[in-house]
Amino acid sequence: MRIAVFTRSTPDTAAKVEVDASGKVTWGDAATVVNPWDEYALEEAIVQAKNAGGKAAVIAIGAPMHDEALKHSLAMGVDEAYRVWDDALEGADGLAYATTAAAAVKQLGDVELVLFGRDSVDVGTDQHIYATARKLGWTMLAYVSKIVSIDFAAKTIKVEKILEQGKQVITAPLPAVVSVLKDINEPRYPSFIGIRKAQKAAIPVWSLGDLSVTLPASAARVTAFKNLPPRDTRFELISGTPQEQAAQLVDKLLEEKVL
Amino acid sequence: MSAIYVWIETFKGKANPTSWEAVAAGRMLAGSMNLPVTALVFGENAAAVAQEAGAFGADNAITCDDATLSEFRLEPYAALLTQLVKTNAPKAVLGIASNRGRELLASSAADTDSPMLADVLDLSASGDGLSATRAVYAGKVLSDTNASGATVFVSLRSRAFKAADPAPKQIPVTTAAPALSEAQIATKIEGFAEAAGTVNLSDAGVIVSGGRGMANNPANPPAGLSGDAASVWKAQDGFANVLQPLADVLGGAVGASRAAVDAGYIPYAHQVGQTGKTVSPDLYIACGISGAIQHQAGMRSSKIIVAINKDAESPIFKMARFGLVGDLYQIIPALTEELKKRLGK
Repeated sequence: MRIAVFTRSTPDTAAKVEVDASGKVTWGDAATVVNPWDEYALEEAIVQAKNAGGKAAVIAIGAPMHDEALKHSLAMGVDEAYRVWDDALEGADGLAYATTAAAAVKQLGDVELVLFGRDSVDVGTDQHIYATARKLGWTMLAYVSKIVSIDFAAKTIKVEKILEQGKQVITAPLPAVVSVLKDINEPRYPSFIGIRKAQKAAIPVWSLGDLSVTLPASAARVTAFKNLPPRDTRFELISGTPQEQAAQLVDKLLEEKVL
Repeated sequence: MSAIYVWIETFKGKANPTSWEAVAAGRMLAGSMNLPVTALVFGENAAAVAQEAGAFGADNAITCDDATLSEFRLEPYAALLTQLVKTNAPKAVLGIASNRGRELLASSAADTDSPMLADVLDLSASGDGLSATRAVYAGKVLSDTNASGATVFVSLRSRAFKAADPAPKQIPVTTAAPALSEAQIATKIEGFAEAAGTVNLSDAGVIVSGGRGMANNPANPPAGLSGDAASVWKAQDGFANVLQPLADVLGGAVGASRAAVDAGYIPYAHQVGQTGKTVSPDLYIACGISGAIQHQAGMRSSKIIVAINKDAESPIFKMARFGLVGDLYQIIPALTEELKKRLGK
């Protein structure tokens, strides 16, 4: 039995990301890291696989830069890593990603649980997660803050799911796709031995042909990247005693009509 | 006839008011595409919510008030939405990008092999399809994305679109049968714990946020607490008894930096930033927050940012419209009092 987890490499969270003169997104010489939300999914995959006596397998769909995230995953303790790449995936939309992801899960064969972090910060979305579950025809459990219990023999899972208004406790059948929130666990740091093993690992790369998948034409396309509009750089320092500061600030906020 | 569908999110029979922003966005598209706006309302009290949607700009509505839909579950909701889309081929399906809206719309988009524009900040009709502005790379860059197809799904960032002023009117309503019976639904809800003091940061017009500086509370912790435990107590006391009263006066919500959440000062649901919520209130008051780039990613689209910090060199002042250098534990209580006086509360 395998637990599959998806990840990608994204620019370091502290990196300055901008659009250069040629319209490309750049983060200079800043490093990439595992998509921040995925650390929680990776940790959960390692723990759940160990508890169940199965294996955790990590998959990235993307160009060679995503090997960095896969190596970090191996260093954390994930058992196997795979990358899917094909020129046809360049500029793929959420639906094309999901079609590929579902095919990769099927390729692994014995998967009962697929984990994702809440979203991918580079593409700024989580739509591919839900679409992957639908393409697999599996249960989707999103915004999970806790896996209460999981029974691979009886094929059931019980989770806590966060909505804006509170917390649902849900039971559902396996196999399932689960997206996790930050409060589900404390991700471990890779060990030195883990890092050395990961550096030596050869990561298989699957093409779309290897997965026997034909992509739908991507009907959603990014036409341009843009830098953020410049922020209002006006700044006013409000000084005085705390009471004077408070009174002046209220005057200003009333002027700005935000109260 | 084709239409623009707008899913109205409800909770316990009441509409989530941010859904009216989605109706307004639908109205805007409907104008340029010459189509009616159809509100979709699932669950209890659907008929009344449908008329409310009419007041906010919907031309007609499809409702399904069935017991299987009384609490949100993706399975029956997505099955019904998918069925309606397959039968009626609307030009677009809009909804607010709440937790539920995101998964519902993306699931039906996948079921119907339709393209989706997720979490959009701006939207327009463009040729045969739709064009949207989205935030990518943790909000550090924007993208223009086009989507075309028989039906395009769109989820809208809360507060990116402005709801219309309501004008009550009666709209025609069609009722739909649920797509799944209870026996066909595998997911079961075993319990629901309503959050104490709703945190709804994404919808808040005002957010008062605290950071590491919350630990500098002059209040004395109970005897026996020292070191880290004393700091945690002080910060928790500050969030509850200093920031919360200010948020209450302003009708706002309390947020926090990652540093404050990781230190155990306040639950994760309050976290603003790259691994928390992305917010865009009219007013964001950052108290004792240094303003790391990861925090900025979550709040930089706030209209007015006020920074209160002891350290005049904090990066948060570079984001701020108004800066107050000083002790938040002196300034915030004074600000709360002043606002009570001036706002007559």
